[in-house]
Amino acid sequence: MSEKIGIYVCHCGSNIAGTVDVEEVARWAGKNVEDVAISRDYKFMCSSLGQSLIEEDIKKEGLTRIVVAACSPHLHEKTFRQACENAGLNPYLLQMTNIREHCSWVHIDKNAATEKAKALVAAAAGRVRHQRPLERMYVKVNPATLVIGGGIAGLQATLELADAGYPVYLVEREPSIGGHMAQFDKTFPTLDCSACILTPKMSEVGQHDKVTMYTYSELEEVSGSVGNFKVKIRQKARMVTAADCTGCGVCVEKCPRKVVDDVFEVGMATRKAIYMQFPQAVPRIPVLDTANCTYFTRGKCQVCAKVCPTNAIDYTQKDEIIEVEVGNIIMATGWKPFDCKRIPQYGFGRLANVYTNMEFERLCNASGPTNGKIVLRDGKTEPKSVAIIHCVGSRDTTTNTYCSNVCCMAAMKFGHLVLEKTQAEVYSFYIDVRAPQKDYEEFYQRLLEEGMHFVRGKVAEVTDAARQPDEAGRLIVQVEDTLMGRQRRIPVDMVILMGGLEPQADAKEIGLKCGISCSMAGWYTERHPKLDPVATMTDGIFVAGVCQGPKDIPASVAQGAAAAARVAGMITKGQVMIEPIVASINEVECSGCRICNTMCPYNAIDYDGEKNVSHVITALCKGCGTCVAACPAGVISGAHYNNEQIFAEIEGVLWDAHGNGAATEKEFVPVAAG
Amino acid sequence: MVNENFEPKIVGFCCNWCSYRAADLAGTARIKYSPNVRVLRVMCSGRVDPSFVMKALASGADGVLIAGCHPGECHYIEQNYKAMRRYSILKHTLRAMGVEPDRVRLVWASAAEGQQLAEAIDLLVADVRKLGPLKWPGNWTENGQRAEALETLLKEHEEAFEVVS
Repeated sequence: MSEKIGIYVCHCGSNIAGTVDVEEVARWAGKNVEDVAISRDYKFMCSSLGQSLIEEDIKKEGLTRIVVAACSPHLHEKTFRQACENAGLNPYLLQMTNIREHCSWVHIDKNAATEKAKALVAAAAGRVRHQRPLERMYVKVNPATLVIGGGIAGLQATLELADAGYPVYLVEREPSIGGHMAQFDKTFPTLDCSACILTPKMSEVGQHDKVTMYTYSELEEVSGSVGNFKVKIRQKARMVTAADCTGCGVCVEKCPRKVVDDVFEVGMATRKAIYMQFPQAVPRIPVLDTANCTYFTRGKCQVCAKVCPTNAIDYTQKDEIIEVEVGNIIMATGWKPFDCKRIPQYGFGRLANVYTNMEFERLCNASGPTNGKIVLRDGKTEPKSVAIIHCVGSRDTTTNTYCSNVCCMAAMKFGHLVLEKTQAEVYSFYIDVRAPQKDYEEFYQRLLEEGMHFVRGKVAEVTDAARQPDEAGRLIVQVEDTLMGRQRRIPVDMVILMGGLEPQADAKEIGLKCGISCSMAGWYTERHPKLDPVATMTDGIFVAGVCQGPKDIPASVAQGAAAAARVAGMITKGQVMIEPIVASINEVECSGCRICNTMCPYNAIDYDGEKNVSHVITALCKGCGTCVAACPAGVISGAHYNNEQIFAEIEGVLWDAHGNGAATEKEFVPVAAG
Repeated sequence: MVNENFEPKIVGFCCNWCSYRAADLAGTARIKYSPNVRVLRVMCSGRVDPSFVMKALASGADGVLIAGCHPGECHYIEQNYKAMRRYSILKHTLRAMGVEPDRVRLVWASAAEGQQLAEAIDLLVADVRKLGPLKWPGNWTENGQRAEALETLLKEHEEAFEVVS
């Protein structure tokens, strides 16, 4: 195999040439590297002149391999691949080596840097000889999109895409779309009624001819890849035939069984065994809770079936698996509230009048259990003083270290509502007040003027053990006021814990189904924290809303729209390029041991029982190469990163170390094991 | 017995998504570190076949650095865990072969951790410098007797396999 290699060493002005003797590297490479035909140095390789230098050499000199020693391939690999392509050379016959970020910028010693640059060039030249031309693949993009999660972020994404004329499948776990926003009373800082701004969007989605909703459904399985995903959705049995139900609500009204509603009303109120999640639920189809239904638990009742005017109740309904095909997936799976019982010193679950933020949302909601009256658990006493504790399960090394982003503003919203609806004094115990968005600071100033007391300090405990007569029968907040510099005990009637936002319990599991990863905290990892905040590392999967990290409603809406824009872009383009960096199995030599099958996180390796061999489904392979390293027979090859290439690269990078320090018998002292 | 003049040669395997970008960031931020580590790019730390490490040591490297994304942050979901398992087996094997396991190190570096990666590189270089040169190829190629012994051993193995098949 005789190749004609062209080596191009970039000065990058003085960025590289300042530390690395670029001319020496090029001269050395021209003399010492095997199969080198041309070795040049140039001021700026990435300039159009630098690129045309490569192009001309390929055409005139018939170069078959190119090595560019310049900056990071993450910056300019595309540029130089294009240059090769322009000159008719397969772009995968190029190898870039990084002598700027990995060499000239991080070293001071010119000699050492020059030697290192030589080794890096030698490695690239060693490997490039073994590189093979690869063909890029293009797949068509299915114009349909799957949106997982019907909260505000998912609804926004759904509407954007549906309004643009593309079909959308919306999957929601709960019986109704709407998400957490449907539980809220007011939204900060404008104090818009949450339902008034949310429900129009919900019904718009419900009635949209481009939207197919699957509520009370969960994601079962995702297969395929960008452009062509196949998705299985589990439609849980509602026991109500959707096509026949008119949503009249007679069944709900007549159902004799009352159950505590732990989901929507967070345990603050009851619902029936057959129920609609909330009055404005979309779709208006009730769900029968078989775990609590008298007919299902005791075998008698069937009142709902008797009263239903359209015979829509069907006790024999089973879970159904629905299969849809989509080109892209938007994950908007949201969050779950922090379990305040995890901080026992704050007394939630033990002291009656300690509320969580979600409980208080329902308490002050006009359609909530008290019709919006702020009263204690006894249902009648109006509190005379209310404590709001910030950062419960946020900014705390024992629970979650991150800031939940919305609690400061929600606490001020609560403060405003208490001041507006009652005569109570309101204390807010904060670490820092975080109000950085548009009009948020103004809202903070407004609350200061309205007389909410801000006490800076992390609360030590909430107790009912009175020490003073005025503390008797009340809750005492023990706190170090860090502005006054002393301990305080503040007796109050009601305590609201601003529980943080946590990733959904099954976020990781659902992420795995779609092939995306979570951060340590459990939020989905975006492709780039600043420049690509809605795409993920898996092509065709986008994230929106809180599942990517705590954020408020405006940010969730913006992200939902952004994700939709990205998807619309993919659909409009019509096709996507797939990198040919994939694994392949030599079926003749495969022994069918199946070790590789379990290695692949994308289930891209399939086992053929008849032939007793495994093979790679190219469309699913992402090219990580773990199976290549795992194959005991060494018959899996990773395109562009095969063993031959990497071994040549290792030899090249150690060109100056072969036979390192010719040792004598005496000097060789094996190290004892252990 | 630290030889101040000894400059160890260390091969680094960085994953394309986190640690290679961490090294890029170290460059962009002009963080200085020892020039002894030469970084090669692989798509994932899970691609690092233990034979790459052996190959590097056999080709004259005094140490090897493997760098991947933090656990839970792998671009390929969980392949860095596989790198982690292979690494612990590899260390055991190295010890059995008489190579100080400290010469090979697995570290995690997110794309934001240029500083941490640079520190890990400096630490490894300092540790390998203390251990001294490995001289692995030298031991086998320069000493005729040893090389012969190895060949005899290989031949015996081949013969044993022939009988089986």
